[in-house]
Amino acid sequence: MGAFEAVILTIITASTPLLLAAIGELVTERAGVLNLGVEGMMIMGAVCGFAAAYTTGSPIFGVGAGLLGGVGMSLLFAFLTQTLMTSQVATGLALTLLGLGLSGLIGEAFTGLPGVKLGPIDIPFLIDLPFVGSILFGQDILVYFSFALVAIVTYMLFRTRTGLIINAVGGNHHSAHALGYDVVKVRYACIAFGGACSGLAGAYLSLVYTPQWIENMSSGRGWIALALVAFSSWLPRRVLVGAYLFGTVWIMGLYVQALGVAIPAQLLSSLPYLVTITALIMMSGDKTLTKVNTPACIGQPFAPER
Amino acid sequence: MKKLLGLTAVALAMVLVTGVPHAAEKMKVGFIYVGPIGDHGWSYQHDQGRLAIEKELGDQVETVFVEKVSEGPDAERVIERLARQGAGLIFTTSFGFMNPTLKVAKRFPKVKFEHATGFKRAPNVATYNARFYEGRYIIGQAAAKISKSGVAGYIASFPIPEVVMGINAFILGAQTVNPGFKLKVIWVNSWFDPGKEADAAKVLIGQGVDVITQHTDSTAPLQIASEKGVHAFGQATDMIKFAPKAQVTSIVNNWAPYYVARTKAVLDGIWKSEDTWGGLSAGTVQMAPYTNVAADIAKAAKETEAKIRSGALHPFTGPLQKQDGTEFLAAGKVIDDGTLAGMNFYVKGVDGKLPQ
Repeated sequence: MGAFEAVILTIITASTPLLLAAIGELVTERAGVLNLGVEGMMIMGAVCGFAAAYTTGSPIFGVGAGLLGGVGMSLLFAFLTQTLMTSQVATGLALTLLGLGLSGLIGEAFTGLPGVKLGPIDIPFLIDLPFVGSILFGQDILVYFSFALVAIVTYMLFRTRTGLIINAVGGNHHSAHALGYDVVKVRYACIAFGGACSGLAGAYLSLVYTPQWIENMSSGRGWIALALVAFSSWLPRRVLVGAYLFGTVWIMGLYVQALGVAIPAQLLSSLPYLVTITALIMMSGDKTLTKVNTPACIGQPFAPER
Repeated sequence: MKKLLGLTAVALAMVLVTGVPHAAEKMKVGFIYVGPIGDHGWSYQHDQGRLAIEKELGDQVETVFVEKVSEGPDAERVIERLARQGAGLIFTTSFGFMNPTLKVAKRFPKVKFEHATGFKRAPNVATYNARFYEGRYIIGQAAAKISKSGVAGYIASFPIPEVVMGINAFILGAQTVNPGFKLKVIWVNSWFDPGKEADAAKVLIGQGVDVITQHTDSTAPLQIASEKGVHAFGQATDMIKFAPKAQVTSIVNNWAPYYVARTKAVLDGIWKSEDTWGGLSAGTVQMAPYTNVAADIAKAAKETEAKIRSGALHPFTGPLQKQDGTEFLAAGKVIDDGTLAGMNFYVKGVDGKLPQ
């Protein structure tokens, strides 16, 4: 494998968890719910995924468990914010703290154990193609799924009735309610979808990225995903660009350091954040597009008026 | 008979006066850790030291610990709480706990404090560290023998003297085998970020490195090394389980002998504030079994280890030059601990610029 392919493969691994979590949060926010608990859901996905894969020996089972771990956390969030009407910001922050603590507790039994890696699906013959072979046809299922997810979510949000309902609920929940849509139910579903995606992102960390369980292994990736959504004006294609831009600059920073180029390491470490935010701000230069896509009701609780 | 009864009564009284209260009020030994004890690295090894105290002196002391304490104001609160709870001896096990430890120590002059890797002491604050660079010299030598490309990769955390002296010791060890040995250093600006450490390992291997070492705490780089079929060295704890085919050895932090000795010193009333810097000879630094290498490489490593332990060899022995070629240690001289503890420059042979 050439050096070029090795770098691309590393970039894909670094970007995938961000993309998965950000796409999920995008749908949640489109429905007008701000869930700051991405980090907490992600780490729960990581621990559940690892625990299941280690116990059963099947990484695919781990992926499923990771997804469920994320969904479980998100439903707790949904119950608190949608049914009990607690503050979304405070509950989301609490969800992150809860996830970090709870995952440490569950993971205690799994610390220091080598994990089971979710291997790539090597597509025969095609994988042997020069340059693009291992990049396009040698990935694991979650990488393919993350790309499919961008397409599916884009189609769903802008081409289907379901998408219209989600946007309506996020744009003006009173009107949506008046039209007869069950705002709370739609939001429950979107929160659960976000949880599932964060859970998958977590499973990717503990099954592919570094196949092991370590406390706090998400190291802030949930927060990066959260920021990507806001800076990408809630557009799936921009989330894709943002996640990969972040991953690319992140890996190139390491690459340049290893080459011995005299750029301060601290600057290289902060570059992914600077470049991604700058790029996404420049992309959202079109004010109308940004305005149209910003969910107006984001973060607001909804109580149906009789 | 009467006499016997009387004696028994006296004996019982003595037990009641001295023995029983003593047994009931065991001395408390407190620990605060910067990471979770489940980090399988730095904090985990400190906790192993705490368990050793429990095991050896469990009848005289009890231990308490607080994990995941962030460095800063929070640490001061936690240390103070331990002191208030009546701890007689408190170990604060991260560099960033230095100032909080000193502040609390001032308010509790009767409590003894032990701060790891720091340089500020007080009448009731001692400091301790380990000579990890001794281990890094050994693995540098081994790396140069293993490597076919003549280039090793080094995943570093922060440009502080502790890490810089490790890099220098590694290259000095490697140069004894191959004077032209090269090192690629990546600073990940974190002690613990498994993902980023893994990324760094992949990038290094992608650039042709065939031996990897790290001064970060997770097992991720070893896993990557294992996957890509290159050799690597563990950190803080024996990480062989994560890389059964890749780990050559691991520099293991063994705080147990020091912790037990210092606790005993407090119990015996002979504790003094001092600076202890133990290495291979004190048993604070240990090398995990040498694996996955040819017998002659393992043998050479063991010989170097023995030489350092006996004091016949010091990794930093002159003539030594800084990166730019200026001499900082004359021929035959051994570096003093002060220079070592404040080391902020690369030695000759390391490429790249040290971030300041």
